[in-house]
Amino acid sequence: MTQTPLCEMRDISISFGGIKAVDHVSIDLHPGEVVGLLGHNGAGKSTLIKCLSGAYQADHGDIYINGEKVQITNTRDARAQNIETIYQTLALADNLDAASNLFLGRELVTPLGFVDDSKMESEARKIMARLNPNFRKFNVPVSALSGGQRQSVAIARAVYFNAKILIMDEPTAALGPHETQMVAELIQELKAQGLGIFLIEHDIHNVMKLCDRAVVMKNGRRVGTVNVNEVTDDDILGMIIMGKKPASAI
Amino acid sequence: MSDAGPTTTGAPARRGLADTLELDKRLFGMILAFAVLCVVFQFMTDGKFLSPRNIFNISVQTVSVGIMATGMVFVIVARHIDLSVGSLLAICSALMAQSQIEWLPQVFGLGNPVILVATIAFGLAVGALIGAVTGWLVGYQGIPSFIVTLGGLLIWRNLAWYTTNGQSVALTDPNILMFGGTEGVLYPTVSWVLGALGSALAIWGVLAARRGKQRHGFIVKPVWAEATLIAMIVALIMGFVAILNSYPIPDAKLKRIYEAKGLTVPEGFIEFHGLPISVVILILVVVAMTMIGRKTRFGRYIYAIGGNPDAAELSGINTRFMTVKIFALLGFLCGLAALVAQARLQSHGNDIGTLDELKVIAATVIGGTALAGGIGTIYGAILGALIMQALQSGMAMIGVDTPFQNIVVGGVLIIAVWIDIFYRKRTGALK
Repeated sequence: MTQTPLCEMRDISISFGGIKAVDHVSIDLHPGEVVGLLGHNGAGKSTLIKCLSGAYQADHGDIYINGEKVQITNTRDARAQNIETIYQTLALADNLDAASNLFLGRELVTPLGFVDDSKMESEARKIMARLNPNFRKFNVPVSALSGGQRQSVAIARAVYFNAKILIMDEPTAALGPHETQMVAELIQELKAQGLGIFLIEHDIHNVMKLCDRAVVMKNGRRVGTVNVNEVTDDDILGMIIMGKKPASAI
Repeated sequence: MSDAGPTTTGAPARRGLADTLELDKRLFGMILAFAVLCVVFQFMTDGKFLSPRNIFNISVQTVSVGIMATGMVFVIVARHIDLSVGSLLAICSALMAQSQIEWLPQVFGLGNPVILVATIAFGLAVGALIGAVTGWLVGYQGIPSFIVTLGGLLIWRNLAWYTTNGQSVALTDPNILMFGGTEGVLYPTVSWVLGALGSALAIWGVLAARRGKQRHGFIVKPVWAEATLIAMIVALIMGFVAILNSYPIPDAKLKRIYEAKGLTVPEGFIEFHGLPISVVILILVVVAMTMIGRKTRFGRYIYAIGGNPDAAELSGINTRFMTVKIFALLGFLCGLAALVAQARLQSHGNDIGTLDELKVIAATVIGGTALAGGIGTIYGAILGALIMQALQSGMAMIGVDTPFQNIVVGGVLIIAVWIDIFYRKRTGALK
């Protein structure tokens, strides 16, 4: 791929109290591509991606969006770059309803500056009709929703605001088979729309099924990047467990 | 991602009767408990409890705690606590008393109307500033609010003591005393007008909300349900005004008021109290705080922080600055409560606002605010404050000794929360 990457993180390092959580790692992402981030717990993948979502700031290294260097110092900066994150914890306020969560931090307001709940619910209904047509529970707190419904609210939040780069942290970890399938289909659809997706994932089958490329990390370093259709499950497992780089990896 | 709900498209079509009226069941339960309380006391006091005079007194006595309780709702919803409100009230009161009696008359001369305005502005500013400092220590420095405000409880109470050398400061300026209650009433005509105005605003609010929902194609309540709701609101407002408008001003006091104006009271003339200014202030505070809580981003973020602080932070909400603003708002309201409290007592005493923090927190919690955060309403807190005040007033009237009064109030606090937990467990809101 010779075109300018949608997103590039170059030579990122970040330490916490002397421990190098991420050690000079570079990754990139192209439009319409799903890049898997793999590794053991504590390999540094979540930390790396949090530098992109604005939750952490790298000690060293640069981030480029469409070839231009950007500064991301908080989650608002990331959102301004059309980077949206779906956290593993989903980051939903359990006591608020779906629409309030969808627009949290970006509420629609009336000309007088008051939050426009009717408008937000109406918009929420539109986007949910696309993502999860069976969703009905618009007037209850999201604590009353099932895992899949909560996930669809979190995804709707990212999609509604025209994400160009989507970060998904184990989106199917808490879901049943049917709901997992639905998320998989959604990822394919978003990909077709030209979004770039970083997918943090533990399940090797999901990686093989959903990702175009996979970046494997171990102890804060990048082991290698592979095209998923050029390697086997075992190759990737070897990278994760032993840090062994297959021949086709870069 | 399936859903067990009905499979109609668009808005949910079928609802139960209680939901059709959209009556908050918890609120309904509290109103019922309050009504039962009133009826019981009414019997035990031979009809004196619900007399216009006593209703007037309970209303006036609730104002100070009620004002602070509205701010406490936001603090507790955001997963904090403020134990210093009573002391904050005391320091604001002490500074306002000193400035209007000692400091400002030296600058502007005695009786200058600037003194009143400057005093009030000063008290409110001090309250907001102290609240902001508390919020900064909690939000930016990460000290638990329990500790910061426990320290504040001692600091502000004793700074107030130091300010006035522990002496009571008698207040005589009628422009200040009018905020206290009995000394500042609006009389029947103005009260009726305000009642009508309030009713009109409430009706407009209900209808505007309905139109907003219709514009987006949502199913709205049936017309009869909306009409019932409006009728209840108007009956409540006008009923309250009617009761206060039937409480006559004692002859001796009426004579004093007329003599102050150089007039004599006409033979057989009776004047009535009407709405006290302090109660109007409380109502305005309640309406404003309800609007802030429900209709502004600021309010939405308070509830979001209470529901999930991490999610709020990740959504780009500046939770630290929010903490400063939430405590500053409560501080401001403590300043306002101080004005009302000292005007009602017609003096600043060293013990003003003592134990108010407990009354305010109790009112908030009885009103349904969860100490775990995320849940709580302004009207609930006011009802909580009313229930507590009514309990104390009623028990005093039937001659319950003070120790037993306090024991009962403590018991009611625990039982109210107990019932609430039981109710939430049953409805599945609490796991």
